[in-house]
Amino acid sequence: MSGHENASGAAGAEAYNFAYLDEQTKRMIRRAILKAVAIPGYQVPFASREMPMPYGWGTGGVQVTAACLTAEDRLKVIDQGADDTTNAVSIRKFFERTAGVKTTEETEQATIIQTRHRIPEAPLAEGQIMVFQVPIPEPLRFLEPRETETRKMHALEEYGLMHVKLYEDISVHGHIATTYAYPVLVEGRYVMDPSPIPKFDNPKLDDSPALMLFGAGREQRIYALPPHTRVQSLDFEDHPFDRGHWDEDCALCGDAGSYLDEVITDDAGGRIFVCSDTAHCRARRQAGHAGAASAPYEEAGA
Amino acid sequence: MRGETATAAPAAGDALSGGFADPARDGAAAFRAVLSAMAHPGRIERLAGAAPPAGISPAAGALMLALADAETPVWLPERLAGGPVAEWLRFHTNAPAAAGRSAAAFALGRWEELVPLADYPAGCPSYPDRSATLVVDLPALEGGPALTLSGPGLAAPARFAPMLPAEAAAALAENAARFPLGVDVCFAAADRVAALPRSTRLEG
Repeated sequence: MSGHENASGAAGAEAYNFAYLDEQTKRMIRRAILKAVAIPGYQVPFASREMPMPYGWGTGGVQVTAACLTAEDRLKVIDQGADDTTNAVSIRKFFERTAGVKTTEETEQATIIQTRHRIPEAPLAEGQIMVFQVPIPEPLRFLEPRETETRKMHALEEYGLMHVKLYEDISVHGHIATTYAYPVLVEGRYVMDPSPIPKFDNPKLDDSPALMLFGAGREQRIYALPPHTRVQSLDFEDHPFDRGHWDEDCALCGDAGSYLDEVITDDAGGRIFVCSDTAHCRARRQAGHAGAASAPYEEAGA
Repeated sequence: MRGETATAAPAAGDALSGGFADPARDGAAAFRAVLSAMAHPGRIERLAGAAPPAGISPAAGALMLALADAETPVWLPERLAGGPVAEWLRFHTNAPAAAGRSAAAFALGRWEELVPLADYPAGCPSYPDRSATLVVDLPALEGGPALTLSGPGLAAPARFAPMLPAEAAAALAENAARFPLGVDVCFAAADRVAALPRSTRLEG
Protein backbone atom coordinates (compact mmCIF):
# COMPACT_ATOMS: atom_id res chain seq x y z
CA MET A 1 0.00 0.00 0.00
CA SER A 2 2.72 2.49 0.96
CA GLY A 3 4.51 1.82 -2.32
CA HIS A 4 1.39 2.78 -4.25
CA GLU A 5 0.81 5.88 -2.20
CA ASN A 6 4.36 7.14 -2.50
CA ALA A 7 4.32 6.56 -6.23
CA SER A 8 1.30 8.81 -6.58
CA GLY A 9 3.11 11.76 -5.00
CA ALA A 10 5.38 11.96 -8.04
CA ALA A 11 4.09 15.35 -9.19
CA GLY A 12 4.72 16.89 -5.77
CA ALA A 13 7.19 16.19 -2.99
CA GLU A 14 8.30 12.61 -3.63
CA ALA A 15 8.45 11.46 -0.05
CA TYR A 16 4.84 12.33 0.71
CA ASN A 17 1.51 10.84 -0.26
CA PHE A 18 -0.63 12.90 -2.66
CA ALA A 19 -1.89 15.95 -0.69
CA TYR A 20 0.26 15.06 2.34
CA LEU A 21 -2.24 13.08 4.44
CA ASP A 22 -2.27 9.28 4.42
CA GLU A 23 -5.25 7.58 2.76
CA GLN A 24 -6.79 6.29 6.00
CA THR A 25 -6.85 9.82 7.45
CA LYS A 26 -8.38 11.18 4.25
CA ARG A 27 -11.14 8.55 4.33
CA MET A 28 -11.96 9.47 7.94
CA ILE A 29 -12.12 13.17 7.03
CA ARG A 30 -14.13 12.44 3.87
CA ARG A 31 -16.72 10.48 5.82
CA ALA A 32 -17.01 13.39 8.27
CA ILE A 33 -17.43 15.87 5.39
CA LEU A 34 -20.22 13.79 3.82
CA LYS A 35 -22.12 13.61 7.13
CA ALA A 36 -21.57 17.36 7.57
CA VAL A 37 -23.10 18.00 4.13
CA ALA A 38 -26.05 15.74 4.97
CA ILE A 39 -26.73 17.67 8.23
CA PRO A 40 -26.14 21.34 7.31
CA GLY A 41 -24.80 23.43 10.19
CA TYR A 42 -24.18 20.48 12.53
CA GLN A 43 -20.60 20.06 13.82
CA VAL A 44 -19.23 16.58 13.06
CA PRO A 45 -16.38 15.45 15.36
CA PHE A 46 -13.31 14.15 13.52
CA ALA A 47 -9.91 12.80 14.53
CA SER A 48 -7.86 15.89 13.64
CA ARG A 49 -4.20 15.13 12.93
CA GLU A 50 -1.01 16.93 13.78
CA MET A 51 -0.08 19.04 10.77
CA PRO A 52 3.29 20.58 9.92
CA MET A 53 2.05 23.98 11.15
CA PRO A 54 0.82 25.23 14.52
CA TYR A 55 -2.81 25.21 15.61
CA GLY A 56 -4.33 28.55 14.72
CA TRP A 57 -2.62 28.58 11.34
CA GLY A 58 -5.38 26.73 9.58
CA THR A 59 -4.80 23.08 10.43
CA GLY A 60 -8.52 22.32 10.15
CA GLY A 61 -8.84 24.01 6.79
CA VAL A 62 -5.68 22.34 5.52
CA GLN A 63 -6.99 18.89 6.44
CA VAL A 64 -10.33 19.54 4.72
CA THR A 65 -8.54 20.88 1.63
CA ALA A 66 -6.17 17.88 1.60
CA ALA A 67 -9.14 15.50 1.76
CA CYS A 68 -10.89 17.29 -1.13
CA LEU A 69 -8.05 18.02 -3.55
CA THR A 70 -7.77 16.14 -6.82
CA ALA A 71 -4.87 16.52 -9.22
CA GLU A 72 -7.07 18.63 -11.53
CA ASP A 73 -8.02 21.25 -8.95
CA ARG A 74 -6.90 24.87 -9.00
CA LEU A 75 -6.39 26.17 -5.47
CA LYS A 76 -6.68 29.71 -4.14
CA VAL A 77 -5.70 30.51 -0.54
CA ILE A 78 -6.54 33.78 1.19
CA ASP A 79 -5.87 35.16 4.62
CA GLN A 80 -8.17 38.06 5.61
CA GLY A 81 -8.84 38.55 1.90
CA ALA A 82 -5.18 38.71 0.88
CA ASP A 83 -3.40 36.17 -1.33
CA ASP A 84 0.07 37.38 -0.36
CA THR A 85 0.23 37.15 3.43
CA THR A 86 2.42 34.60 5.22
CA ASN A 87 -0.34 32.15 6.08
CA ALA A 88 -1.84 32.17 2.58
CA VAL A 89 1.52 31.88 0.82
CA SER A 90 2.74 29.00 3.00
CA ILE A 91 -0.48 26.97 2.67
CA ARG A 92 -0.50 27.54 -1.10
CA LYS A 93 3.12 26.38 -1.36
CA PHE A 94 2.37 23.41 0.89
CA PHE A 95 -0.20 22.08 -1.59
CA GLU A 96 1.87 23.00 -4.64
CA ARG A 97 4.58 20.77 -3.22
CA THR A 98 2.56 17.91 -1.73
CA ALA A 99 -0.28 17.68 -4.27
CA GLY A 100 1.29 19.26 -7.34
CA VAL A 101 -1.91 21.23 -7.93
CA LYS A 102 -2.10 24.47 -9.86
CA THR A 103 -2.80 27.59 -7.83
CA THR A 104 -4.33 30.93 -8.66
CA GLU A 105 -5.19 34.28 -7.14
CA GLU A 106 -8.25 34.77 -9.35
CA THR A 107 -11.44 33.86 -7.48
CA GLU A 108 -13.19 32.96 -10.75
CA GLN A 109 -10.41 30.52 -11.77
CA ALA A 110 -10.29 28.59 -8.48
CA THR A 111 -12.10 25.28 -7.89
CA ILE A 112 -11.18 25.19 -4.20
CA ILE A 113 -10.66 28.35 -2.11
CA GLN A 114 -9.22 27.94 1.36
CA THR A 115 -9.88 31.03 3.41
CA ARG A 116 -9.05 32.54 6.74
CA HIS A 117 -11.82 34.94 7.76
CA ARG A 118 -13.12 36.32 4.45
CA ILE A 119 -15.36 35.41 1.54
CA PRO A 120 -14.09 36.88 -1.77
CA GLU A 121 -15.92 39.86 -3.29
CA ALA A 122 -16.34 38.18 -6.67
CA PRO A 123 -19.52 36.09 -6.70
CA LEU A 124 -18.89 32.38 -6.20
CA ALA A 125 -20.04 29.87 -8.80
CA GLU A 126 -21.53 26.40 -8.82
CA GLY A 127 -18.86 23.74 -8.50
CA GLN A 128 -16.56 25.85 -6.34
CA ILE A 129 -15.70 24.70 -2.82
CA MET A 130 -14.94 27.22 -0.07
CA VAL A 131 -12.88 25.82 2.84
CA PHE A 132 -13.00 27.97 5.98
CA GLN A 133 -10.39 27.86 8.74
CA VAL A 134 -12.25 27.84 12.05
CA PRO A 135 -10.75 28.57 15.49
CA ILE A 136 -13.81 28.00 17.75
CA PRO A 137 -16.57 26.11 15.90
CA GLU A 138 -19.10 26.17 18.74
CA PRO A 139 -21.18 29.39 18.58
CA LEU A 140 -22.44 28.79 22.12
CA ARG A 141 -18.99 28.15 23.64
CA PHE A 142 -18.49 31.57 25.28
CA LEU A 143 -21.99 31.36 26.72
CA GLU A 144 -21.71 27.75 27.93
CA PRO A 145 -18.23 26.23 28.33
CA ARG A 146 -19.33 22.61 28.76
CA GLU A 147 -19.40 20.55 25.54
CA THR A 148 -21.94 18.15 27.10
CA GLU A 149 -24.33 21.09 27.58
CA THR A 150 -23.82 22.71 24.17
CA ARG A 151 -24.42 19.30 22.53
CA LYS A 152 -27.76 19.14 24.38
CA MET A 153 -28.62 22.70 23.46
CA HIS A 154 -28.13 21.92 19.75
CA ALA A 155 -30.05 18.64 20.11
CA LEU A 156 -33.00 20.44 21.73
CA GLU A 157 -32.75 23.57 19.53
CA GLU A 158 -32.33 25.50 22.78
CA TYR A 159 -30.91 28.74 21.42
CA GLY A 160 -32.49 31.24 23.80
CA LEU A 161 -29.12 32.01 25.37
CA MET A 162 -27.77 33.27 22.03
CA HIS A 163 -30.69 35.64 21.65
CA VAL A 164 -30.15 36.88 25.22
CA LYS A 165 -26.53 37.59 24.30
CA LEU A 166 -27.57 39.62 21.25
CA TYR A 167 -30.24 41.37 23.33
CA GLU A 168 -27.65 42.32 25.95
CA ASP A 169 -25.58 43.87 23.14
CA ILE A 170 -28.57 46.06 22.32
CA SER A 171 -29.23 46.99 25.95
CA VAL A 172 -25.59 47.99 26.49
CA HIS A 173 -24.61 49.46 23.10
CA GLY A 174 -27.95 50.30 21.53
CA HIS A 175 -27.24 47.91 18.65
CA ILE A 176 -25.94 44.36 18.11
CA ALA A 177 -22.22 44.92 18.64
CA THR A 178 -21.06 41.54 17.29
CA THR A 179 -19.08 42.35 14.14
CA TYR A 180 -17.42 39.06 13.21
CA ALA A 181 -18.23 35.37 13.80
CA TYR A 182 -21.81 36.65 13.75
CA PRO A 183 -24.06 33.63 14.49
CA VAL A 184 -26.36 32.26 11.78
CA LEU A 185 -29.33 29.90 11.71
CA VAL A 186 -28.97 27.16 9.09
CA GLU A 187 -32.13 25.90 7.35
CA GLY A 188 -34.11 26.95 10.43
CA ARG A 189 -32.46 24.23 12.51
CA TYR A 190 -28.84 24.61 13.67
CA VAL A 191 -27.21 27.78 14.99
CA MET A 192 -23.75 27.90 13.44
CA ASP A 193 -20.57 29.94 13.78
CA PRO A 194 -19.67 31.12 10.27
CA SER A 195 -15.99 31.34 11.41
CA PRO A 196 -14.57 34.79 12.17
CA ILE A 197 -15.61 36.29 8.83
CA PRO A 198 -16.85 39.89 9.17
CA LYS A 199 -20.64 40.10 9.43
CA PHE A 200 -20.34 41.97 6.10
CA ASP A 201 -19.78 38.55 4.49
CA ASN A 202 -22.71 36.80 6.22
CA PRO A 203 -25.22 37.52 3.42
CA LYS A 204 -22.88 35.73 0.97
CA LEU A 205 -23.48 32.46 2.87
CA ASP A 206 -27.20 32.46 2.14
CA ASP A 207 -28.29 30.56 -0.99
CA SER A 208 -24.70 30.48 -2.29
CA PRO A 209 -24.15 28.31 -5.39
CA ALA A 210 -20.83 27.12 -3.89
CA LEU A 211 -20.30 24.34 -1.34
CA MET A 212 -18.98 25.69 1.98
CA LEU A 213 -16.88 23.45 4.23
CA PHE A 214 -15.61 24.48 7.66
CA GLY A 215 -12.65 22.81 9.40
CA ALA A 216 -11.55 23.35 13.01
CA GLY A 217 -8.28 21.48 13.62
CA ARG A 218 -7.62 22.09 17.31
CA GLU A 219 -11.32 21.71 18.19
CA GLN A 220 -11.68 18.67 15.88
CA ARG A 221 -14.90 19.63 14.14
CA ILE A 222 -16.05 19.76 10.52
CA TYR A 223 -19.29 21.34 9.36
CA ALA A 224 -20.79 22.34 6.07
CA LEU A 225 -23.28 24.40 4.10
CA PRO A 226 -24.39 22.68 0.88
CA PRO A 227 -25.12 24.99 -2.08
CA HIS A 228 -28.40 26.91 -1.88
CA THR A 229 -28.80 26.45 1.86
CA ARG A 230 -30.90 28.98 3.78
CA VAL A 231 -28.57 30.88 6.13
CA GLN A 232 -30.10 33.66 8.26
CA SER A 233 -28.06 35.97 10.48
CA LEU A 234 -29.73 36.06 13.92
CA ASP A 235 -31.51 39.33 14.69
CA PHE A 236 -34.67 40.86 16.11
CA GLU A 237 -37.70 42.33 14.31
CA ASP A 238 -36.95 45.79 15.72
CA HIS A 239 -33.16 45.38 15.32
CA PRO A 240 -32.76 43.73 11.92
CA PHE A 241 -29.36 42.41 10.83
CA ASP A 242 -27.15 45.10 9.31
CA ARG A 243 -23.99 44.12 7.40
CA GLY A 244 -22.33 47.50 8.09
CA HIS A 245 -20.96 50.12 5.73
CA TRP A 246 -18.12 52.61 5.33
CA ASP A 247 -18.25 56.33 4.67
CA GLU A 248 -15.06 55.88 2.58
CA ASP A 249 -14.39 54.16 -0.74
CA CYS A 250 -11.29 52.05 -1.36
CA ALA A 251 -8.36 54.47 -1.64
CA LEU A 252 -6.71 52.34 -4.32
CA CYS A 253 -9.52 51.17 -6.60
CA GLY A 254 -12.38 53.43 -5.56
CA ASP A 255 -14.81 50.55 -4.88
CA ALA A 256 -17.69 51.72 -2.69
CA GLY A 257 -19.09 48.25 -2.10
CA SER A 258 -16.26 46.03 -0.89
CA TYR A 259 -14.99 45.19 2.60
CA LEU A 260 -12.28 47.70 3.60
CA ASP A 261 -9.20 47.46 5.82
CA GLU A 262 -7.91 50.53 7.64
CA VAL A 263 -4.23 51.23 6.90
CA ILE A 264 -2.25 53.72 9.03
CA THR A 265 0.01 55.80 6.77
CA ASP A 266 1.99 58.05 9.12
CA ASP A 267 2.51 59.11 12.74
CA ALA A 268 0.10 62.01 12.47
CA GLY A 269 -3.13 60.07 12.36
CA GLY A 270 -3.14 59.73 8.60
CA ARG A 271 -4.99 56.67 7.31
CA ILE A 272 -6.57 55.21 4.22
CA PHE A 273 -9.11 52.46 3.65
CA VAL A 274 -8.33 49.78 1.08
CA CYS A 275 -10.05 46.61 -0.16
CA SER A 276 -9.40 43.60 2.04
CA ASP A 277 -9.76 41.36 -1.05
CA THR A 278 -6.44 41.97 -2.84
CA ALA A 279 -7.36 40.04 -6.00
CA HIS A 280 -10.59 42.04 -6.35
CA CYS A 281 -8.76 45.35 -5.83
CA ARG A 282 -6.03 44.49 -8.35
CA ALA A 283 -8.57 43.40 -10.96
CA ARG A 284 -10.39 46.72 -10.59
CA ARG A 285 -7.18 48.77 -10.87
CA GLN A 286 -6.18 46.71 -13.90
CA ALA A 287 -9.52 47.62 -15.42
CA GLY A 288 -8.75 51.30 -14.94
CA HIS A 289 -10.59 52.09 -11.71
CA ALA A 290 -8.75 54.44 -9.35
CA GLY A 291 -9.21 55.68 -5.82
CA ALA A 292 -8.18 58.84 -3.97
CA ALA A 293 -4.69 57.59 -3.08
CA SER A 294 -3.81 55.51 -6.11
CA ALA A 295 -0.94 55.95 -8.52
CA PRO A 296 -1.52 54.84 -12.13
CA TYR A 297 -1.68 51.01 -12.27
CA GLU A 298 1.50 49.19 -13.22
CA GLU A 299 2.12 45.47 -13.50
CA ALA A 300 4.47 44.19 -10.81
CA GLY A 301 8.06 44.33 -12.07
CA ALA A 302 7.11 46.52 -15.06
CA MET B 1 -8.90 10.66 -12.72
CA ARG B 2 -12.52 10.08 -13.25
CA GLY B 3 -12.80 7.33 -15.78
CA GLU B 4 -9.24 7.11 -17.07
CA THR B 5 -8.37 4.02 -15.11
CA ALA B 6 -10.47 1.33 -16.70
CA THR B 7 -9.15 -1.67 -14.82
CA ALA B 8 -9.92 -5.00 -16.44
CA ALA B 9 -12.72 -6.93 -14.77
CA PRO B 10 -11.30 -9.59 -12.48
CA ALA B 11 -11.57 -13.27 -13.29
CA ALA B 12 -14.15 -15.18 -11.27
CA GLY B 13 -12.98 -15.64 -7.69
CA ASP B 14 -10.16 -13.13 -8.06
CA ALA B 15 -10.48 -10.85 -5.05
CA LEU B 16 -7.08 -9.26 -5.56
CA SER B 17 -7.65 -7.29 -8.75
CA GLY B 18 -10.15 -4.56 -9.57
CA GLY B 19 -9.00 -2.03 -7.00
CA PHE B 20 -7.93 1.57 -7.66
CA ALA B 21 -4.88 1.73 -9.94
CA ASP B 22 -3.68 4.77 -7.99
CA PRO B 23 -5.36 4.76 -4.54
CA ALA B 24 -4.59 8.39 -3.66
CA ARG B 25 -5.70 10.01 -6.93
CA ASP B 26 -8.54 7.61 -7.78
CA GLY B 27 -9.80 7.83 -4.19
CA ALA B 28 -9.79 11.63 -4.36
CA ALA B 29 -11.70 11.65 -7.66
CA ALA B 30 -14.22 9.11 -6.33
CA PHE B 31 -14.76 11.15 -3.16
CA ARG B 32 -15.35 14.33 -5.15
CA ALA B 33 -17.98 12.55 -7.25
CA VAL B 34 -19.76 11.38 -4.09
CA LEU B 35 -19.36 14.81 -2.45
CA SER B 36 -20.90 16.51 -5.47
CA ALA B 37 -23.74 13.99 -5.49
CA MET B 38 -24.38 14.52 -1.78
CA ALA B 39 -24.18 18.32 -2.10
CA HIS B 40 -26.58 18.32 -5.09
CA PRO B 41 -29.26 15.74 -4.23
CA GLY B 42 -30.47 13.82 -7.27
CA ARG B 43 -27.60 14.94 -9.51
CA ILE B 44 -25.99 12.06 -11.37
CA GLU B 45 -22.18 11.93 -11.22
CA ARG B 46 -19.69 9.61 -12.88
CA LEU B 47 -17.90 7.36 -10.36
CA ALA B 48 -15.37 4.95 -11.88
CA GLY B 49 -11.98 3.39 -11.27
CA ALA B 50 -13.07 0.16 -9.59
CA ALA B 51 -13.87 -3.24 -11.08
CA PRO B 52 -15.59 -5.27 -8.38
CA PRO B 53 -16.76 -8.87 -8.99
CA ALA B 54 -20.28 -9.41 -10.37
CA GLY B 55 -22.93 -8.61 -7.76
CA ILE B 56 -22.32 -4.90 -7.22
CA SER B 57 -21.92 -2.04 -9.68
CA PRO B 58 -18.51 -0.48 -10.45
CA ALA B 59 -19.81 2.78 -8.93
CA ALA B 60 -20.77 1.07 -5.67
CA GLY B 61 -17.36 -0.63 -5.65
CA ALA B 62 -15.54 2.67 -6.17
CA LEU B 63 -17.58 4.32 -3.40
CA MET B 64 -16.62 1.56 -0.96
CA LEU B 65 -12.94 1.74 -1.96
CA ALA B 66 -12.97 5.49 -1.40
CA LEU B 67 -14.78 5.53 1.94
CA ALA B 68 -14.74 2.16 3.72
CA ASP B 69 -11.90 0.92 5.91
CA ALA B 70 -11.19 -0.93 9.14
CA GLU B 71 -13.25 1.65 11.09
CA THR B 72 -16.47 1.11 9.13
CA PRO B 73 -18.46 -2.10 9.58
CA VAL B 74 -20.21 -2.99 6.31
CA TRP B 75 -23.52 -4.83 6.18
CA LEU B 76 -24.14 -7.06 3.16
CA PRO B 77 -27.31 -8.97 2.30
CA GLU B 78 -27.26 -12.77 2.13
CA ARG B 79 -26.75 -12.63 -1.65
CA LEU B 80 -23.35 -10.95 -1.20
CA ALA B 81 -22.18 -12.01 2.27
CA GLY B 82 -19.55 -14.76 2.11
CA GLY B 83 -19.28 -14.47 -1.69
CA PRO B 84 -16.72 -12.91 -4.03
CA VAL B 85 -17.99 -9.37 -3.38
CA ALA B 86 -17.47 -9.77 0.38
CA GLU B 87 -14.03 -11.21 -0.25
CA TRP B 88 -13.14 -8.36 -2.62
CA LEU B 89 -14.29 -5.71 -0.13
CA ARG B 90 -12.39 -7.41 2.65
CA PHE B 91 -9.14 -7.50 0.68
CA HIS B 92 -9.31 -3.97 -0.72
CA THR B 93 -10.84 -2.04 2.19
CA ASN B 94 -10.20 -4.20 5.28
CA ALA B 95 -13.72 -3.28 6.42
CA PRO B 96 -15.18 -5.71 8.97
CA ALA B 97 -18.55 -7.35 8.38
CA ALA B 98 -21.20 -5.58 10.50
CA ALA B 99 -22.64 -7.79 13.25
CA GLY B 100 -26.10 -6.70 12.11
CA ARG B 101 -27.85 -3.84 10.39
CA SER B 102 -27.88 -1.82 13.61
CA ALA B 103 -24.06 -1.94 13.70
CA ALA B 104 -23.47 -0.89 10.09
CA ALA B 105 -21.58 2.23 8.97
CA PHE B 106 -22.26 1.22 5.36
CA ALA B 107 -24.85 -1.13 3.91
CA LEU B 108 -24.56 -2.26 0.32
CA GLY B 109 -27.10 -4.07 -1.86
CA ARG B 110 -30.35 -3.73 -3.78
CA TRP B 111 -33.23 -1.65 -2.44
CA GLU B 112 -35.38 -4.68 -1.59
CA GLU B 113 -32.46 -6.31 0.24
CA LEU B 114 -31.75 -3.21 2.33
CA VAL B 115 -35.21 -2.05 3.48
CA PRO B 116 -36.53 -1.11 6.00
CA LEU B 117 -34.35 1.99 6.47
CA ALA B 118 -35.27 2.20 10.16
CA ASP B 119 -33.09 -0.87 10.84
CA TYR B 120 -29.86 1.13 10.46
CA PRO B 121 -28.21 3.54 12.88
CA ALA B 122 -29.82 6.96 12.47
CA GLY B 123 -27.64 8.79 14.97
CA CYS B 124 -28.87 10.29 18.23
CA PRO B 125 -30.01 13.86 18.89
CA SER B 126 -26.59 14.85 20.26
CA TYR B 127 -24.66 13.04 17.52
CA PRO B 128 -26.81 12.68 14.40
CA ASP B 129 -23.65 11.97 12.36
CA ARG B 130 -23.35 8.52 13.95
CA SER B 131 -25.58 7.13 11.26
CA ALA B 132 -25.31 4.66 8.41
CA THR B 133 -24.77 5.41 4.74
CA LEU B 134 -26.70 3.11 2.40
CA VAL B 135 -25.32 2.25 -1.02
CA VAL B 136 -28.23 1.08 -3.15
CA ASP B 137 -27.51 -0.66 -6.45
CA LEU B 138 -30.19 0.06 -9.03
CA PRO B 139 -30.72 -1.03 -12.65
CA ALA B 140 -30.61 2.66 -13.65
CA LEU B 141 -30.70 6.12 -12.09
CA GLU B 142 -33.24 7.39 -14.62
CA GLY B 143 -36.50 6.11 -16.03
CA GLY B 144 -38.20 5.20 -12.76
CA PRO B 145 -41.08 6.84 -10.91
CA ALA B 146 -40.35 10.56 -10.56
CA LEU B 147 -39.57 12.06 -7.16
CA THR B 148 -39.61 15.81 -6.58
CA LEU B 149 -36.76 16.91 -4.36
CA SER B 150 -36.23 20.13 -2.42
CA GLY B 151 -33.98 21.30 0.39
CA PRO B 152 -30.30 22.14 0.88
CA GLY B 153 -28.26 21.68 -2.31
CA LEU B 154 -31.17 22.53 -4.59
CA ALA B 155 -31.85 26.02 -5.92
CA ALA B 156 -35.32 24.93 -7.02
CA PRO B 157 -37.31 21.71 -6.67
CA ALA B 158 -35.62 19.05 -8.83
CA ARG B 159 -36.85 15.88 -10.49
CA PHE B 160 -35.11 12.58 -9.74
CA ALA B 161 -36.38 9.31 -11.20
CA PRO B 162 -34.21 6.35 -10.16
CA MET B 163 -35.47 2.82 -10.95
CA LEU B 164 -36.92 2.35 -7.46
CA PRO B 165 -40.14 0.55 -6.55
CA ALA B 166 -43.11 2.91 -6.09
CA GLU B 167 -43.24 2.38 -2.32
CA ALA B 168 -39.65 3.64 -1.92
CA ALA B 169 -40.83 7.27 -2.03
CA ALA B 170 -42.74 6.86 1.23
CA ALA B 171 -39.76 5.18 2.94
CA LEU B 172 -37.40 7.96 1.82
CA ALA B 173 -39.88 10.66 2.90
CA GLU B 174 -40.17 9.00 6.30
CA ASN B 175 -36.37 9.01 6.59
CA ALA B 176 -36.26 12.72 5.71
CA ALA B 177 -38.96 13.47 8.28
CA ARG B 178 -36.62 12.24 11.03
CA PHE B 179 -34.10 15.03 10.28
CA PRO B 180 -31.58 15.66 11.82
CA LEU B 181 -31.59 11.91 12.47
CA GLY B 182 -31.76 9.43 9.61
CA VAL B 183 -29.61 7.56 7.11
CA ASP B 184 -28.04 8.99 3.96
CA VAL B 185 -28.61 7.08 0.74
CA CYS B 186 -26.34 6.80 -2.29
CA PHE B 187 -27.76 5.23 -5.46
CA ALA B 188 -25.40 3.46 -7.85
CA ALA B 189 -25.88 2.04 -11.34
CA ALA B 190 -23.01 1.02 -13.65
CA ASP B 191 -20.49 3.86 -13.28
CA ARG B 192 -22.98 6.47 -12.09
CA VAL B 193 -23.88 7.66 -8.60
CA ALA B 194 -26.54 9.96 -7.11
CA ALA B 195 -27.44 10.65 -3.50
CA LEU B 196 -30.30 11.61 -1.22
CA PRO B 197 -29.00 12.97 2.08
CA ARG B 198 -31.50 12.96 4.94
CA SER B 199 -31.92 16.73 4.51
CA THR B 200 -33.69 16.31 1.16
CA ARG B 201 -37.47 16.65 1.31
CA LEU B 202 -39.60 14.60 -1.06
CA GLU B 203 -42.85 15.84 -2.54
CA GLY B 204 -45.47 14.30 -4.78
